[in-house]
Amino acid sequence: MRDVALKMLLGDRAKYIGLIFGVTFATLLMAQQVSIFTGIMSRTANAITSVREAEIWVMDPRVRYVDEVEPMRPVELSNVRSVAGVEWAVPHYKGLATVRLPDGMTQQVQLIGVDDVSLVGLCTDMIAGQRDVVRDPQSAVIDRNGFLFVWPQGDFATAKPLELNDNRLTVRGVCNTQPTFLTFPILYVTYDAAMEMTPPQRNKLPFILVKGRAGQSPEALAKRITQQTGLQALTTSQFQWRSINYYLERTGIPINFGITIALGAIIGAAITAQTFYIFVVENLKQFAAMKAVGVTNGQLLQIVLTQAGLVGVIGYGLGIGFTALFFFVTKDAPALQGFRLYGEIMAGTAIAIAVIILASILFSLGKVFRLDPAVVFRG
Amino acid sequence: MHAVSFRNIAKDFPIGDDRVRVLHDCSADIALGQMTMLVGPSGCGKTTLISILSGILTASEGEVTVLGQSLTRMRDHHKVLLRRERIGFIFQQYNLLPALTAAENAAMPLMAAGMKLPEAAERARAILDGIGMQGQGDKLPRQLSGGQQQRVAIARALVHNPGLIVCDEPTAALDAATGKAVMAILRDIANDPGRAVLVVTHDNRIYNFADRILEMSDGRLIGDFAPDAFQH
Repeated sequence: MRDVALKMLLGDRAKYIGLIFGVTFATLLMAQQVSIFTGIMSRTANAITSVREAEIWVMDPRVRYVDEVEPMRPVELSNVRSVAGVEWAVPHYKGLATVRLPDGMTQQVQLIGVDDVSLVGLCTDMIAGQRDVVRDPQSAVIDRNGFLFVWPQGDFATAKPLELNDNRLTVRGVCNTQPTFLTFPILYVTYDAAMEMTPPQRNKLPFILVKGRAGQSPEALAKRITQQTGLQALTTSQFQWRSINYYLERTGIPINFGITIALGAIIGAAITAQTFYIFVVENLKQFAAMKAVGVTNGQLLQIVLTQAGLVGVIGYGLGIGFTALFFFVTKDAPALQGFRLYGEIMAGTAIAIAVIILASILFSLGKVFRLDPAVVFRG
Repeated sequence: MHAVSFRNIAKDFPIGDDRVRVLHDCSADIALGQMTMLVGPSGCGKTTLISILSGILTASEGEVTVLGQSLTRMRDHHKVLLRRERIGFIFQQYNLLPALTAAENAAMPLMAAGMKLPEAAERARAILDGIGMQGQGDKLPRQLSGGQQQRVAIARALVHNPGLIVCDEPTAALDAATGKAVMAILRDIANDPGRAVLVVTHDNRIYNFADRILEMSDGRLIGDFAPDAFQH
């Protein structure tokens, strides 16, 4: 009966296309919006995950997310280094600053001060210049998107002069890095240079990056650091989720995306359900004739499931394909850089689409199952 | 053995809180090797009676035996199997699936019984050839005339070699000449001593094809005639 199911479906081209459109639309909207949502949420923690050398971030206990800065006393660095199991601990500056360009315009930047010796915290994927240039206290490295934002003509190789709080600074390196939630350019200097260039205040140390000794569990070490220093020590993963959860709880982003995703699912389901329902209703006489000549409800179920399965697979495939194409085409756009269609999103969308299709055919199947084959005798 | 035997058949339908009796005490035997026509005005209960005799509806009262099997206490699933294996249907509006070819439509009972489409369609094509539809097996219903579509429906009713063919107004949608051609095919089928053809009709132009006419009125069988004795 599978052949009959497919011929029935393919024989009604307009409805076949309508059904596929509904599933494709729902898939595209859900997969794309969830991917963008995931991408935006990932950006809230990219400043953490991009520092791959560190296992633990130590900060003031009041800090709730990575963009919140509560400076610690300088002595806390020594306190953390004294905890058993710590391989190394380095200071990490992160804050906002304003730079002045040669043409007099100003630009707000995210200033990152990396450890002077190890350069832990500095991006690694250089596309112009060397990482070592930041060891010069008057030199900086900037992220690619930030460079293009400030100097849209490109020309990464040419040094660019800046002024930061009356300090001369020259951009001598450009690197690729994952964009952060704040869209300002990311300017990398050494920690000491950051201390020199930022306004004086009693405490300026926002983060301490820690690596544990070999065999040391980062979770256990983070707990020990907290117990011994009174500071908040979180593993990279813990801090990442703490930052993401902050944005989830404190911003309207998830609600907004949730509404869009739900609307996509509802509209897709409505189109699919309605088209399927009409498809079944218009074929009721044929289904009744089939029942009359001995086709069982089980076989009719097989027919409807085969039709739904084909529509689902094609619609889902097209929807995922369009989503992948969207992210492929926009992969270099700064607004969407780093946004990906993850396997988990594809799997989740597949489940949602399966539920939508099953719910759609449930409406129709009830009518088919209750159908009295005697209607074929009623002219 | 009779093809169909029914005794004291009654049928009630619920209408709101009430029940309305549409068939009253109907009894008759339908012989093998004959074409029996069930005639009467619209609304007299013909369709309800053939629905019961073919296992589509269940009688409220009475006994029905079809090809030696009692339908009275038969489960619905077994009735479906009985229809699939031993009864052929021809409907007034043909009820062909528009997306299937003539041969595929005719093959439907075989596919319902589990036969693969290519093999079933091949057997159906042989039946179509036998009723004047040579070379038409690959056409879609919309490419066929009304008479040709009814022939496809006849092929569908014959393809699984049933003992009982139930026809509901088989000529109602056809012109006189085509209707007679279709009835001639059915007449040939009825000449097979292993088959019975039961035709519901109020087309008096085809009464002469019958071996026997059962007349109904107001839910009752009121007459049993030879065609030449039937006054209409």
